[in-house]
Amino acid sequence: MTAKTSLTPTRRNFLKGIAATGAALTIGFTPEGLLAAGPADAILNPFVRVASDGTVTVILKHFEMGQGTTTGLTTLIAEEMDVDWDKIEFEFAPSDNKKYKNLAFGAQGTGGSSAIANSFMQYRMAGAAAKELIVRAAATAWGVNTTEIIVENSQLTAGDKTAHFGEFVAAAAKLKTTGEPTLKDPKDFRLIGKESLPRKDNSDKTDGTAMFGMDVKVPNMVYAVILRSPRFGGKLKSFDVTKAKEVKGFFKVKELGDGKGLAVYAASTWSAISARKAIETKWDFASAENRSSSQMAEDHLEALKKEPQFHIHKDMTSEKTTKIIEAADKKLEAEFLLPLLAHAPMEPLNCVIEPKDDGSIVLHDGCQFPALVHPTISKILGLPLEKVSIKTVYAGGSFGRRANGTSDYAAEAAEAYKLLGNKKAVKLIWTREDDLAGGYYRPMAAHGIKIGVNEDGTLKGWNHHIVTQSIVKGTPFAANMIKDGVDDTSVEGVADTDYTLPNMAVGLTNWHSPMKVLWWRSVGHSHSAYAMEVAMDMAAKAAGSDPLAFRLAHLNSGTKDQARLAAVLKLAAEKSGWSETPAEGRARGIAAHKSFGSYVAEVVEISDNNGEIKIERVTCAVDCGIPVNPDVIRAQMEGGIGYGIGHIMRDQITLDEGKVEQANFPDYEPLRIGDIGAIDVHIIPSTEPPTGVGEPGVPPAGPALANAIFALRGKPVLKLPMTENGVEFV
Amino acid sequence: MPQTITINGKERQVDAADDTPLLWIIRDELNLTGTKFGCGVAACGACTIHVDGQPMRSCQARLSMVRGKNITTIEGIEGKAATAVQSAWRELNVVQCGYCQSGQIMSAIALLEDNKNPSDAEIDSAMSGNACRCATYQRIRKAIHLAAEKLEA
Ligand code: FES
Ligand code: FES
Repeated sequence: MTAKTSLTPTRRNFLKGIAATGAALTIGFTPEGLLAAGPADAILNPFVRVASDGTVTVILKHFEMGQGTTTGLTTLIAEEMDVDWDKIEFEFAPSDNKKYKNLAFGAQGTGGSSAIANSFMQYRMAGAAAKELIVRAAATAWGVNTTEIIVENSQLTAGDKTAHFGEFVAAAAKLKTTGEPTLKDPKDFRLIGKESLPRKDNSDKTDGTAMFGMDVKVPNMVYAVILRSPRFGGKLKSFDVTKAKEVKGFFKVKELGDGKGLAVYAASTWSAISARKAIETKWDFASAENRSSSQMAEDHLEALKKEPQFHIHKDMTSEKTTKIIEAADKKLEAEFLLPLLAHAPMEPLNCVIEPKDDGSIVLHDGCQFPALVHPTISKILGLPLEKVSIKTVYAGGSFGRRANGTSDYAAEAAEAYKLLGNKKAVKLIWTREDDLAGGYYRPMAAHGIKIGVNEDGTLKGWNHHIVTQSIVKGTPFAANMIKDGVDDTSVEGVADTDYTLPNMAVGLTNWHSPMKVLWWRSVGHSHSAYAMEVAMDMAAKAAGSDPLAFRLAHLNSGTKDQARLAAVLKLAAEKSGWSETPAEGRARGIAAHKSFGSYVAEVVEISDNNGEIKIERVTCAVDCGIPVNPDVIRAQMEGGIGYGIGHIMRDQITLDEGKVEQANFPDYEPLRIGDIGAIDVHIIPSTEPPTGVGEPGVPPAGPALANAIFALRGKPVLKLPMTENGVEFV
Repeated sequence: MPQTITINGKERQVDAADDTPLLWIIRDELNLTGTKFGCGVAACGACTIHVDGQPMRSCQARLSMVRGKNITTIEGIEGKAATAVQSAWRELNVVQCGYCQSGQIMSAIALLEDNKNPSDAEIDSAMSGNACRCATYQRIRKAIHLAAEKLEA
C-alpha cells in the first residue's frame, strides 16, 4: 500500500472533524453510544475518552499486529494531554470509515507502515484538544485563568488547588473546542522520543490473558474449517461425508458457493479438523492453476529475454540503454529469481461471527482493513452496514496477509455463518496447513539487469527488466494503484531508486495466474531491494570500488533523499567497523534501501565454518524521521531483519502441478533463535515528520547477507532461497 | 467418557475423543486460551506447557500421557523463575504480536529451573523449538539472561 497523500491533517480540516462530532462533545456521548462506558465518562473527541476516575482511554484506529500501535498512538495522546503513562489505556476503534480512516489512503485500515505517519498530527491534536477542554472546565470551576493551570501526570494544579482529570470530565464534555489546539514544542516532549517506555501490551501478552481472535468464545458457537481445492481455482465436483459422520463432535457439512469447497462444522476445533480429513472429494481442475513452480520460474526467466511489456521511463527505453551499454568498457549481466513466499503469521487466520438478538452481527477479528471487511460481510449476509460491527482484537502477526482485496477469511466465515441459517455463532479456523497452501503469496519475481561500467569505474547505463504478477490487479485497490497497466508495487524500489544511475531503463512485464498474490511485508521492496542492492555490489566490484564508497558516489547529487540514505549507510558502516578488514574467515556485506518514507542501511557480518555460513552480527541504521518510540523502532528493525533474512535463507512456496508442496513449518522453516548472533540498531536523530518502521527493516536485510556471501566467495547468489542455491548455514 | 486431569493445581473433568491433542482440550474445553495453536506438528512451540515441570508440546500430548501428572499452563505459572521471566520480558519489551510468547515463556522458565545461568549457546539450543515469526529472538536471549540475573539476586 503506497501512501501518496499528505499525512498531516491541516488544522482547519482537523477542527472541522471535531466540529462534526460537536453533538458528542455537548452531550458527552457518541450518537451511536458505541464508545460510552458509563454515565460519568465522556468522549472528548473520537480518539479520547476520560473516565471519572481520571483514566484516559485512547481509541486506536489502527489494529495491533505486533508493530506497536497500542504503544505508539497512545504515546501521542499521552504526550499532548500530559497523562501519566500508567494511567492511560487503549481500546480498538469500531469500524467507522469516516471517523477512523487512515489519512494515507482515505479508508479505515492498517498497512504501508503508515500508522504513526498518518496519525502523528491527528492524535497529537486530539490529545491537545482534550486537554484544552479539561483545562477550560477547571479554569471555570476554580475561577482562574487557563494559563494559570499546570498539567502534569494527569493532575491539574493552580495555586493551592489541585485535581485529577476525572473531576472535570463532565464539565469538559459540555464545552466546545474553540480555535486551534496548541501543540507542544518538540523540545518539551516527555514521552515522544523517550528511550524506554514500557509497551502497553506488555502485561497481557506475558501472562496468557491477551485476547486474540483464536481465543474468542461466544455463546452457542460452532467451529468451522473449510475444505478448499488442492489447486488454486479448482471447483468441487462431488464429496462423500460418510466417514466424517463417525468423528465425535462432527456436526454438518455445507457447500460453499461457486464450487469453492465445503464448510465443515463441529463442536470443537479438533473435531472439525478430524472430520475434514475424513471427507472424500472430487474436483474439476479445468480452469485451475495446474502449472508447477519450476515451469513458472522458467517462464519468468524466458519473459526476461523479451522486450518489456511496459517502459517506465518514457525517455529511456531498454532499446536505447542497451545500445549505450554495448559501448561500455565492461558489461555485467545478472538474472535474479525470487520465489513465492507465504506470510505465515504466527496466529493462523481465524475469526468469529456472533449474532445478536436485534438481528445484527459482530465480527470478532484481528481486523486489518475494516473499510473492506465491513462492506464485504454486509454484502454476503445481506445486512445493512449498520447491522454489522467489528470488534477488533489483537492479531497474532499479519505481515500483510490479513489485508486483502477479497477479505478472504472473513468472507469465508460470513458464508459459513449464512449457510448455517444465520443463527449460530461460527468460529472459522485455518490450520497452518491451510495457511501455507492458502495462496495470497508474495509473487514470484524475476529481475534481469544489464549494467555498463566505464574504464574509470563510473556507470554508463543500467537496463532493468522486472517480470512479476501484479498484486493489486483485479482488486479494489487497482483503481488507485495501477497506472497505464503498471502496478506501482511491481516496480517500486527500482523505478524510484534513490541512486543516480545514468541511462537507466526500467521495464515491466506482467505475469498472470489464477493464484492470488499479495503484499508481503515491504511489498515490492521485498524483491526489488534484493536485485538492486546485489547488483550494486556486482557493479562496485566491476568498477574496482568498495561497496560503501560506490554507493555513496551515486548518492551525491545534493538531494535530501540521497543525503538521508547516505547518512544511514555511513552510520551502519561506522558502527559495524566497515573500514577495518574482517577477521580471517569472516566477511561483511552492506545494503541500503528506502521504503515507506524511511531510510535503512544494514551490514551483515558472517563467518565461514567449514563451508557453512553463520550470521554473526547485523548492524542497522535507520532514519524514520522523529523517532516516536525508539524502542519500538529498534524492535521493528530487529523483527524486519529477522523476517527478511529468514525467508531469504531457506523459504519458498513451490507448486507441483499446481499443488503446494509445503505442508507445515518443517517445510517452511521459520527463522530460529540461533540463526542470527546479534543485531544492533542505531536511530538517526531527526526533526522530519515520522515515517514507517514496520516494513523498512526488511528490504536491506537479504541483500546485505547476500553481499557478505559475495564478499566471502566472490560469487553472488542470484536465485533464492539461498539454501536451494549453493549456500549452507550452520 | 469424562476423565479427570490436574491442571494449574485443580482437578478438572474433561470429555473428548481419545485422540484429541491436549492442546485443544486445554483451549476449547477448559478455556485456558493462553496456550496457543501455531502448527499442530511440534514445529513451533506456541503450545508449550509444563507436565510435572518439564516442557511439553501440548499439540502432541494426549490425555493418556498426562494422567496423574501435574499440568501447568501460562495461566498457572508461579515461583521465582516464572516471576523473573515475566518481569524480564516486560522490562525489555520482548513481545511484538505476542502470539508465540506464552510458549516462549514456558520454555524459558523450564530452562532456568534446570540451568540457573545459561550461556547464549545453551539458550539458543533450549529455545530452538520455539518459533517467533516476529523474530523477537534477540530480546528473548537478553531477557533470559536478565531473568537469570534476577534469580541470582
Ligand atoms: S502448535 Fe504445538 S508445536 Fe506448534
Ligand atoms: S511475538 Fe509474534 S510470533 Fe513471537
